[in-house]
Amino acid sequence: MTEPGRLAVRKTYKLYIGGAFPRSESGRSYAVTSSKGDFLANASRASRKDARDAVSAARKAFPGWSGATAYNRGQILYRIAEMMEGRRAQFVDEVVAADGVSARKAGELVDAAVDRLVWYAGWSDKIGVIQGAANPVAGPYFNLSTSEPTGVVAVVAPQEGPLLGLISVIAPVIVTGNTCVVVASERAPLPAITLAEVLATSDLPGGVVNLLTGRLAELAPWLASHMDVNAVDLTGCPEELAVSCEQDAAENLKRVLRPSGKVDWLAEPGIERMTAFLETKTVWHPIGV
Amino acid sequence: MFEYAPAPESRDIVDIRPSYGLFINGEWVDSLGDEREKTINPATEEVLSEFAIASDADVDRAVSAARKAYESVWGRLPGRERAKYLFRIARLIQERARELAVLESLDNGKPIRESRDVDLPLVAAHFFYYAGWADKLGYAGFGRRTADGQSGADPRPLGVAAQVIPWNFPLLMLAWKIAPALACGNTVVLKPAETTPLTALAFAEICRQADLPPGVVNIVTGAGATGQALVGHPDVNKVAFTGSTEVGRMIARTVAGSGKKLTLELGGKAANIVFEDAALDQAVEGIVNGIFFNQGHVCCAGSRLLVQESIETELLDALKRRLATLRLGDPLDKNTDIGAINSAAQLAKITSLSEAGEQEGAERWSPSCPIPEKGFWFPPTLFTGVAQSHRIAREEIFGPVLSVLTFRTPAEAVEKANNSPFGLSAGVWTEKGSRILWMADKLRAGVVWANTFNRFDPTSPFGGYKESGYGREGGRHGLEAYLDV
Repeated sequence: MTEPGRLAVRKTYKLYIGGAFPRSESGRSYAVTSSKGDFLANASRASRKDARDAVSAARKAFPGWSGATAYNRGQILYRIAEMMEGRRAQFVDEVVAADGVSARKAGELVDAAVDRLVWYAGWSDKIGVIQGAANPVAGPYFNLSTSEPTGVVAVVAPQEGPLLGLISVIAPVIVTGNTCVVVASERAPLPAITLAEVLATSDLPGGVVNLLTGRLAELAPWLASHMDVNAVDLTGCPEELAVSCEQDAAENLKRVLRPSGKVDWLAEPGIERMTAFLETKTVWHPIGV
Repeated sequence: MFEYAPAPESRDIVDIRPSYGLFINGEWVDSLGDEREKTINPATEEVLSEFAIASDADVDRAVSAARKAYESVWGRLPGRERAKYLFRIARLIQERARELAVLESLDNGKPIRESRDVDLPLVAAHFFYYAGWADKLGYAGFGRRTADGQSGADPRPLGVAAQVIPWNFPLLMLAWKIAPALACGNTVVLKPAETTPLTALAFAEICRQADLPPGVVNIVTGAGATGQALVGHPDVNKVAFTGSTEVGRMIARTVAGSGKKLTLELGGKAANIVFEDAALDQAVEGIVNGIFFNQGHVCCAGSRLLVQESIETELLDALKRRLATLRLGDPLDKNTDIGAINSAAQLAKITSLSEAGEQEGAERWSPSCPIPEKGFWFPPTLFTGVAQSHRIAREEIFGPVLSVLTFRTPAEAVEKANNSPFGLSAGVWTEKGSRILWMADKLRAGVVWANTFNRFDPTSPFGGYKESGYGREGGRHGLEAYLDV
């Protein structure tokens, strides 16, 4: 009789809300399979109530995070990159399982995700300079435009690119001071939850990023119509769902980002994903003695 | 109160036709439909003229004229040539400023002092400002990259812009819409409000005087249905709307999924916050300017006065003394401070919200103020004892009605100021610099006026947070709405 091999200790994949890892309040889960169809894990199937809890956590975290210095936010994003680098092997395994790519290709994708975070980290105290202006008004007034985060952003992460795509939609939202609720790729949600474990240990205040796994068609409409959400990124929504979400978003005039065409996640992203969730505030003051 | 002899501006300078068609493809054309509407002088209820209600088929004609002009001329014209057309228009406006000011006051009811000294100078300045951008778009900070990561060409226009504007600043809103659109290389179909079409129709004449190529600017008059047909037209690339949040929501829903670029400048319920250390006389002037400028028909009006509890009595006494000196009456009189309410419908809305204020328990006050017999008028009004839950503290009244609330600490002032679905503007009055900056930082509003109120400039971006809409008009930021970036 051969000695039995050591039985692996599997991970329970849960949601990430307000810095904690709850299961769905609904008690539901769904089976996640690899690209080959093998069972990987049961992921939480978030409910409307979970989505609302996540929005309320994001709202609660907004004053602190938007009020943090840009330098501080930049350091925390860089810290997330450091923590990801340390878990590189785990991410590579998960991307291989989810996408069925080679370990080498998965390594490239994980590296690109880490580099993307570093790229955005550096923007924290620079985007304001690019977007702001001292306006030469025709009168004795000091007039200054600065950019401010929009608020709570609901993000539908892309279905493809469970890690690089995910990082590429979260980083530009939070680097400027927004907080967010993210619906992970429905098909491949596991890297998102592993990322949540990274976020939880990167000095990122709880509630800045909240991650939900589950059925996109069930969750997205609740977020798009939620009156305390200020903006939606519909990148991961299929066409029909995106249109109805855009209509729902009109109710409280949410800002809507919906990229046209397929996005190349490996290309340098540009600043559009940041500016989509920035407001311009202009302050006037008389000049005089 | 001083006695003033009447000093009316002569209306001989304007030449209003008895009837207007639509301005499509550089020509005056009759509507394909048979609906017409009258526009009246709200100060006298005298009919000024008659105009066409553009039908769906008219809108379609206008959009195809704009499309053709975009593809054959305007979209290909070098920026420096577009610039010269816009400079020309700016000069024509300056030359005809007095005429346009009188026309605006006749059609809208606003005092000539405001149309002459605020609206018209800003209209000309806006065209002058965006004229200068037309050949410098490559420097505006948009469109740095192309797909291959290389430094790209100048950013491209969007195409045909559908623009719907309100009645409170008819010509100024036209300038805010048309100047940046044309500077960026778009062509436009603009619908003025149904109660104030005349200055937009006069602007059509200016386009002809400037030899602007046909179809670059098209003006279709009409009401809500015309606006709906315009923003919903499938061959439009860009929709820009200024008006109520309610209509803004409808437009956002209509445009959803179409890929049209949308900017919305909607309602507001601005807090004007006065601290105990403020220069009180200046603050009183600022409060008056904030809510009684243009009869309070201003989306960014300071309609909620938040006054620090310790100076409430003193400030209100001073404010009431000042309100008693405001002169309400003939908009064309150069001494008039408060003109006519723009329409019977708007007067009814202001009246009903004011009644709601009384019913909900707030205390109403107006100075004794003779009201002309004809026309639509509402005296300057303030409400004290207003709670945050009152309708007059939450809903946009869009009239000369001020709701007064109090606060004790800066944090409470911020809390109350931000307690609104709107976020267009705010005012802060204090002599303490660090407090101004702290307040400006905490207020969730697109424009913050500190120790001043209701200032506008073409170089200064304007637009709201939250349900006050999205996108900015004015400044470099205003270009983004009209570029494919």
